[in-house]
Amino acid sequence: MGARDFEGQALSGADGGHRHEADVLVIGGGPAGTWAAISAAAQGARVVLADKGFCGTSGATAPSGTGLWHVSPEGSARADAKASRLAMGGHLAEHAWMDRVLAQTWDNVERLKDWGYPFPSDDEGQLRCTSLQGPEYMRLMRKRVKSSGARILDHSPALELLVDAQGTVGGATGVNRQTGETWVVRAGAVVIATGGCAFLSKALGCNVLTGDGQLMAAEVGAAMSGMEFSNAYGLGPAFSSVTKSLFYNWATFYDRDGQAIEGAGSSRGRSVIAQTLQTQPVYACIDRADAQIRAWMRTAQPNFFVSFDRQGIDPFTQHFPVTLRLEGTVRGTGGLNLVDGSCATSVAGLYAAGDAATRELICGGFTGGGSHNAAWALSSGFWAGAGAAAFGKDARSRASRTLRRAGGVAIATRGAEGCDSQAVVSAVQAEVFPYERNWFREGPVLEASLARLDALWTRLRHSAPAACASEAVRAREAAAMLATARWMYRSALQRTETRGMHRRREHAALDPTQRHRLLSGGLDEVWVRAQPLTEALTP
Amino acid sequence: MIELISPERCTACNICVNACPTNVFEAVAGAPPRIARQDDCQTCFMCELYCPEDALYVAPIADRRATAGEREPATPALVGSYRRAIGWGRGRQSTASADSSFELLRRAH
Repeated sequence: MGARDFEGQALSGADGGHRHEADVLVIGGGPAGTWAAISAAAQGARVVLADKGFCGTSGATAPSGTGLWHVSPEGSARADAKASRLAMGGHLAEHAWMDRVLAQTWDNVERLKDWGYPFPSDDEGQLRCTSLQGPEYMRLMRKRVKSSGARILDHSPALELLVDAQGTVGGATGVNRQTGETWVVRAGAVVIATGGCAFLSKALGCNVLTGDGQLMAAEVGAAMSGMEFSNAYGLGPAFSSVTKSLFYNWATFYDRDGQAIEGAGSSRGRSVIAQTLQTQPVYACIDRADAQIRAWMRTAQPNFFVSFDRQGIDPFTQHFPVTLRLEGTVRGTGGLNLVDGSCATSVAGLYAAGDAATRELICGGFTGGGSHNAAWALSSGFWAGAGAAAFGKDARSRASRTLRRAGGVAIATRGAEGCDSQAVVSAVQAEVFPYERNWFREGPVLEASLARLDALWTRLRHSAPAACASEAVRAREAAAMLATARWMYRSALQRTETRGMHRRREHAALDPTQRHRLLSGGLDEVWVRAQPLTEALTP
Repeated sequence: MIELISPERCTACNICVNACPTNVFEAVAGAPPRIARQDDCQTCFMCELYCPEDALYVAPIADRRATAGEREPATPALVGSYRRAIGWGRGRQSTASADSSFELLRRAH
């Protein structure tokens, strides 16, 4: 199993500028983290939620709008919804998980209605709950976390987990990056809800999503699943951060001479765009939207138009350059492996929710972007919060146990040479951004990337620890991106077929014998192994 | 990226310092905050939404600093335009209730 390479320095009573005791610590304050905090508090747990940024604006959802997989239990609607993406996902989704996510999402939307989220109505006066406006949704969720009694720590990135002598997780430490003060939360259980990893690509809202939670979890021995499904790229104007791609269903894609590019499209034609962008710019024009569609677009995603209005571009009549920004495991589906219906990881006391966890269970290997990820966040957050509350309250009798720091790379290293976090970030981006490496994958190219990434990891493991709080945050982000890239490419190398979003040039077809999951983990030594699907679910 | 804090409009309430998810601003005693870490700006526009005075302007360019011509909003109407569009602010109503995504989602597939 995973290398438990924590150096294990004991936490002393004098450590930490700010100390908190809790039953549940939730790390991350996006949709999954806020649902987890509310759900844990509802079980009577004392909850602390620590967000790297500001709970309410942090993460991929807040600055966006998102679809929501909200499907009526009546008739065949849910069966149809499940069936519609099974093949695209390479038949890696599981019916039991899809059923419970659909049911939980339905229930949680009722909660959102009660709390006053202003869902729109259709012409018949029926509320339509298949989308959420990010700013409105996350402002409401922050309010609900506060009224649940949970305590929010903003601008408080976690740096490492704490574990007891049995290896059970018992909290985390971190810093307040505005004051530079350290904090310690001793908790009976921890929920990782830190999102996926988008490698600082500036995709909308994604720059807080650097895989920090996955790194911390791997340091205590947790495993990932589906890390080969990590090459989702968001489509958007080349100059802009707004990677919202729904409206490109009504776009035509052109070359620089104004000729339409054959086969290019937002969904199935996105490979053609990726291929073309390797040699020349690609332009889009949303010229297939009639007046009614255009009007709906303005109210559906106001943020889509901010960029265009400010650059003086009319996207319905003018050609504008587009690009594909890596959204990694945010829109991909790989993440922490879950071992039961309470979203527990294989490490006692550690739970995972939202994009930090694998979404293969409901999406398989095809993007969970939009509706599925949103439904997953509010369902898995809800379950992880309840699971962590039960475990954490049980741990109250062990509240005085001795805890050790589990963090290794960049904070508990002993080398003399300093670590240039920006150089590490740039080196990782150079391996994972290029379409010719990551959109289209190939064995020898993956191996070459892995050799460089592994060497970089070894250097980082032997560098000096970060000198101050702000540098520690950046160094840990860089290390988390590096670890994520290595799980990604090691898994991609092992999957010698094309399935879901994972495309191997030399293995262009789906191989029926590889309908399994790939678990991965480890830090100094990365490991990957196949695991059969488990259709039977332990609730 | 964030380009402007209007000294005329800003009341130094420091809400943006708190609301920015990537910690771009820094509070300055008795004065408007400073854009201390512009390169960390992810161009998410959240600071504009949380600014009660429409004192901030985020240029839509994600990967580089804006040119002199791009730093200033081309028309006064662009100041606070996003906050107006989502219906946040005194005397306004959230436009989330007018979200027609459902019309588009059922036609997109």
